Amino acid sequence: MDLSYSPEEERFRAEVRQFLEQKLPAEMSEAMRLGRSIGKEGHDRWHAILNEQGWLAPNWPVQFGGCAWNAVQRHIFEEECCRAHAPRIVPFGLSMLAPVLQKFGSKAQQDHYLPRILSGEDWWCQGYSEPGAGSDLASLKTRAVREGDHYVVNGQKTWTTLGQYANWIFCLVRTDPDAKQQQGISFLLIDMDTPGIEVRPIILLDGTHEVNEIWFTDVKVPVENLVGEENKGWTYAKYLLTHERTNIAGVGFSRAGLEAVKRMARAQMHRGRPLIENPHFAARLAQAEIDLMAMATTNLRIISRAAAGQAPGVESSMLKVKGTEIRQEINDLARRAAGVYAMPFASEAVESGNEPGLGPEGSEAVAAQYFNNRKLSIFGGSNEIQKNIIAKVKLGGRA
Amino acid sequence: MNFELTEERQMLQDSLRRFLRDHQKALQASTLLGAGGEEGARGFDAEIWRKLSELGVIGALFSEADGGFGGQGFDLTTVFEELGRAGAVEPVLDTGVLCGSLIADLGNKDQRAFLADLIEGNLQLALAHGEANSRYDLAQVEALAKTSADAIVLSGRKAVVVNAEAADVLLVSAREDGASGAEEGISLFLVPRGTAGLSLRGYPLMAGGRAAEVDLDEVHLPLSARLGERGQAHEALLRARARSEVALAAETLGAMETAVDLTKEYLGTRQQFGRPIGTFQALQHRMAQMLIELEQARSAVINAAGHLESPSTAERDLQIAAARNLIGRAGRLIAEEAIQMHGGIAMTQEYELAHFAKRIIMADHRFGDTDTQLERFIDLSAA
Ligand SMILES: Cc1cc2nc3c(=O)[nH]c(=O)nc-3n(C[C@H](O)[C@H](O)[C@H](O)COP(=O)(O)OP(=O)(O)OC[C@H]3O[C@@H](n4cnc5c(N)ncnc54)[C@H](O)[C@@H]3O)c2cc1C
Repeated sequence: MDLSYSPEEERFRAEVRQFLEQKLPAEMSEAMRLGRSIGKEGHDRWHAILNEQGWLAPNWPVQFGGCAWNAVQRHIFEEECCRAHAPRIVPFGLSMLAPVLQKFGSKAQQDHYLPRILSGEDWWCQGYSEPGAGSDLASLKTRAVREGDHYVVNGQKTWTTLGQYANWIFCLVRTDPDAKQQQGISFLLIDMDTPGIEVRPIILLDGTHEVNEIWFTDVKVPVENLVGEENKGWTYAKYLLTHERTNIAGVGFSRAGLEAVKRMARAQMHRGRPLIENPHFAARLAQAEIDLMAMATTNLRIISRAAAGQAPGVESSMLKVKGTEIRQEINDLARRAAGVYAMPFASEAVESGNEPGLGPEGSEAVAAQYFNNRKLSIFGGSNEIQKNIIAKVKLGGRA
Repeated sequence: MNFELTEERQMLQDSLRRFLRDHQKALQASTLLGAGGEEGARGFDAEIWRKLSELGVIGALFSEADGGFGGQGFDLTTVFEELGRAGAVEPVLDTGVLCGSLIADLGNKDQRAFLADLIEGNLQLALAHGEANSRYDLAQVEALAKTSADAIVLSGRKAVVVNAEAADVLLVSAREDGASGAEEGISLFLVPRGTAGLSLRGYPLMAGGRAAEVDLDEVHLPLSARLGERGQAHEALLRARARSEVALAAETLGAMETAVDLTKEYLGTRQQFGRPIGTFQALQHRMAQMLIELEQARSAVINAAGHLESPSTAERDLQIAAARNLIGRAGRLIAEEAIQMHGGIAMTQEYELAHFAKRIIMADHRFGDTDTQLERFIDLSAA
């Protein structure tokens, strides 16, 4: 047992920290710290900065342009990025589609799509969920019928995150309606400019446009856009889901979130004293921090096993549940800390930094974040589904 | 023991419930009115407001001596539970209960003339009391009032003044004596909209309606603007808060009922894995817990309302702190579980649950949050 990082790992951390100090634009970091939106331009800009450094795709094999970091290095990188309030890298192309293409895609698909993901030329979104197929994803109904050299796609996807920015979507579609549910599904790459595609915004409860409905009406997709084999899409999707669940613990986000709560609680006065000295508030804060300290170590235990080549099993489900519970608790603390200043609904002017905020620094975003982050326990496999997995494996002895 | 509503209250509940059901569309639309932000935005539906007053909703908040026909704890809870069930954002709490109580308690003969206007639905009010550093403490007042032979001059800033832009008259607190934190020395003043030196920076609220930051830059008032005795407003503020907290607790209870109802219905209709999700025991037990907490909340509201007229203000405030602490906890559980068990659909602005979850959670930021209520309870039960 040794809880410390090795000297090489510490050197690596110093290198990452220096890079972030030099290259992360201050106004971007500030916007992220205050929970403001940086828009598509902001994401594109940060993407380009990381790409120039060669650090955009830590999870990719070197031959595709990855950086050959092990799991511990990737963790350090993520931790430092959160600490510096760097924007989150949009995962759909880099961390979800790319691993699938690298493992199951054709050479032509790899050569074409992977460089365009790195360069930022393509913005991908994930077309899995449908109105009737959420937790029960395998019940999806979007149909793809092969006609000569193309498929004709009809149906509807929903909850598509940042689909309004995307020029490509990877979709699960039903190609064999007669096969058993999981066996008739294929994995298709679809150009969003194809005629017959309509993107409709869904406004979330905090007023943000983050997700969309996507409608497909007789959309023609060339057969070379099929990934792997027809009717094997479920296998690829499950592979992708294991990648979606890396960094699921969100330790870095929680640490940054706790710091923000503490800053606010030092500035907020409660009965003439700083709120952070109030025993009730302090107890809540301490409990969240205690949980986070233990979870960070659980996360590291799993990461170091992964670095030694073991695939994570139910542990990633455990991290998803605990990690999201802690993040949501921190969001709850932030809204409590802001007091009456949690009530305003931040205007676009305040959000964009053009008008001064109302309450203590950062307070204008706390209520919106509290509500928005209820999604954490719903998407990426809901916490109930994760618990079903844990129970099934641990009680039933099989996955 | 009798837990039934009186006949009059039952009639009020029935007619209000019917009215709110018939106007569901307009109510839903008004939840988003605050977001507009145009000049003079009200943040609610003036037509609904007028009809509510016609139904007697505002009159029910006042005693006969004040021109109404109710005014007791259970009158407040009858009205507000229904408003909460419907998710109404109309400022009945701020104009009617919070400000109405203060005028009824402190007003002289001339000032009490406002009550008739209020009950008829012709007056909007807002209490400009809290400040950037006051959080939930009524005695933290830094704004100053300077009196000369013929005028009062107010200066200072007020924070998150709900309904300020729509208000015809603001009830502004300021200190005439003592240091911030002292209960003595706080006075209230009636400041009509448009008075020179008064400026508002308005914004929408997360759970609907609007509020403003209020700047008092040498606001000159006649001596007649003072509401009540010089420096003696704290006691009346405590009473107005007690009444408002009973109303708010009932409103939150109503919103919790709707959140539970929506979830119950959704568990029965949403199909995944070939069956209604309500057939999964993992969800059934959580639904059961929500129902248990809802009954706890209902009893807590009854306790608080039943003690609102208690001769002991300590007993009154202890019961209210208890109710709001319990509702803070039960409300959070119900709002969060309702969202979670709905899945993605609950995350949308369009589906009505979102609004109810916001009403429940954001209520925790008025007059004292769950922890502050716990603190008040501990102080009062130790005393
Ligand atoms: C903000 C946001 C962004 C998203 N982004 C994307 C995206 O980019 N691409 C994409 O494809 N999808 C996306 N999703 C969809 C997300 O993956 C689904 O919301 C999720 O799979 C849950 O499905 P559902 O919403 O239909 O809920 P349902 O599956 O209907 O679940 C409702 C409730 O029932 C519970 N439940 C269901 N089955 C069981 C069971 N067997 N046992 C116990 N409980 C059960 C669930 O846990 C939940 O509490 C996003 C969702 C959100 C909210």
